[in-house]
Amino acid sequence: MILNLKNSWWKYLCVILVIYTVLAGLLVPSPRLPILNETIRNLYFHVPMWFCMTVLLLISAVHSALYLGKANIKNDLYAVEAANTGVFMGVLGLLTGSLWAKFTWGTFWTSDPKLNAAAVGELIYIAYIILRGSFTDEQQRARIGAIFNLFAFPIFISIIYILPRLTDSLHPGNGGNPAFSQYDLDSRMRLVFYPAVIGFILLGVWFTQLRVRLRLIENKLEH
Amino acid sequence: MATISVFKEIILLVKKDLALEWRQRFAIQSVLLYMGCAVFVCYLSIGIKGSRLIPNTWSALFWIILLFAAINAVTKSFLQEDKQRNLYYYTLVSPQALIISKIIYNSFLVSLLSFIGFALYVGIMGNPIQEMGQFAVCLLLGSFGFSSTFTLISAIASKAGNNSSLMAIMSIPLIIPLLLVLMKFAKNAIDGLPWISSYDEMIQLAALNILLGALSYILFPFLWRS
Repeated sequence: MILNLKNSWWKYLCVILVIYTVLAGLLVPSPRLPILNETIRNLYFHVPMWFCMTVLLLISAVHSALYLGKANIKNDLYAVEAANTGVFMGVLGLLTGSLWAKFTWGTFWTSDPKLNAAAVGELIYIAYIILRGSFTDEQQRARIGAIFNLFAFPIFISIIYILPRLTDSLHPGNGGNPAFSQYDLDSRMRLVFYPAVIGFILLGVWFTQLRVRLRLIENKLEH
Repeated sequence: MATISVFKEIILLVKKDLALEWRQRFAIQSVLLYMGCAVFVCYLSIGIKGSRLIPNTWSALFWIILLFAAINAVTKSFLQEDKQRNLYYYTLVSPQALIISKIIYNSFLVSLLSFIGFALYVGIMGNPIQEMGQFAVCLLLGSFGFSSTFTLISAIASKAGNNSSLMAIMSIPLIIPLLLVLMKFAKNAIDGLPWISSYDEMIQLAALNILLGALSYILFPFLWRS
């Protein structure tokens, strides 16, 4: 029921917030810092992608749990489409992050715990999608996919959010590095960052809802 | 009463698995030979005696060999018995007892394999380890983590028609967090750091093991029912 948002007010909100993020994110003055310079604006785009991915994967895990409880095929559709959109957001997060790394660390990719964890997280969910593809029976696919999804989600959280904090990492917010919140002295950045997070999460939910509706129509046409 | 009978079931099931393994020794023999071949390939392709291999490479090769051997050893835990026999177990024992017994049995199997593999590897590639006790703890914790992850994944893979490449793509990304902590712990043991510097790793490994075990325990009944 989590995604059963029939009203459209949140879609207007989403459009407004994303447009605001793009405009304000590129135009509002940003703190002048050495090395970071203007790349600090990437905070408005890169970080919300990962928040959005995490929220979507959480939605996916909740729907998998619901599926195991009630065996409603609609829950399975939500679980898989939320995971698909989550993986897509993760790819965008990797791309924006690697662009940022090129201009601050001097390289697109470096062997850093946080970066590797992000790549492994993508692999886990691609394995989930491949696993689902190996079943022909719809019920079996949904049930076993749900079990793998629930097994994978806590591990995903531990590698993305817990383990990189315990080791040495270049990534802001990890390995003793300060996160961006310490840089924005006058909280100007928060005025763009929080709306950006909400806007992109709503966008991800919207994508998922559209994909699920498409799948439901396809199912109806098949039967 | 219920808890007592579950314990009895677990002990019986572990005994049954041990007896089966003992009767069909070719399975464990083949995994041992697999490890032996892998170690020998490493020896031939690197071509130097271990004393000159840098510790990081030594450790990486060892864990990769052990990882694949463990995947091979655990994969068969749900395929050595046919569908009818599994249905028969389903009517006899609770799924919790079954998964716990499989995890215990696989932990035993993988730790046995890891110690034999370690002896083989040290014999051929040399031994840079300074803190043997720590490395042994590392092997034990690692074996338990490998088996509790791979047991559930092998149950999933057995439902998906025993596709071995599916087993690999599902288990390798999921085992990476554990493997990273293990390698760090192993590095400490190789460098001969005191025990106190590895407490963090030990706690992380124990926490990961508990997490993986608990997830398998909760999720397996759903898998078993299908």
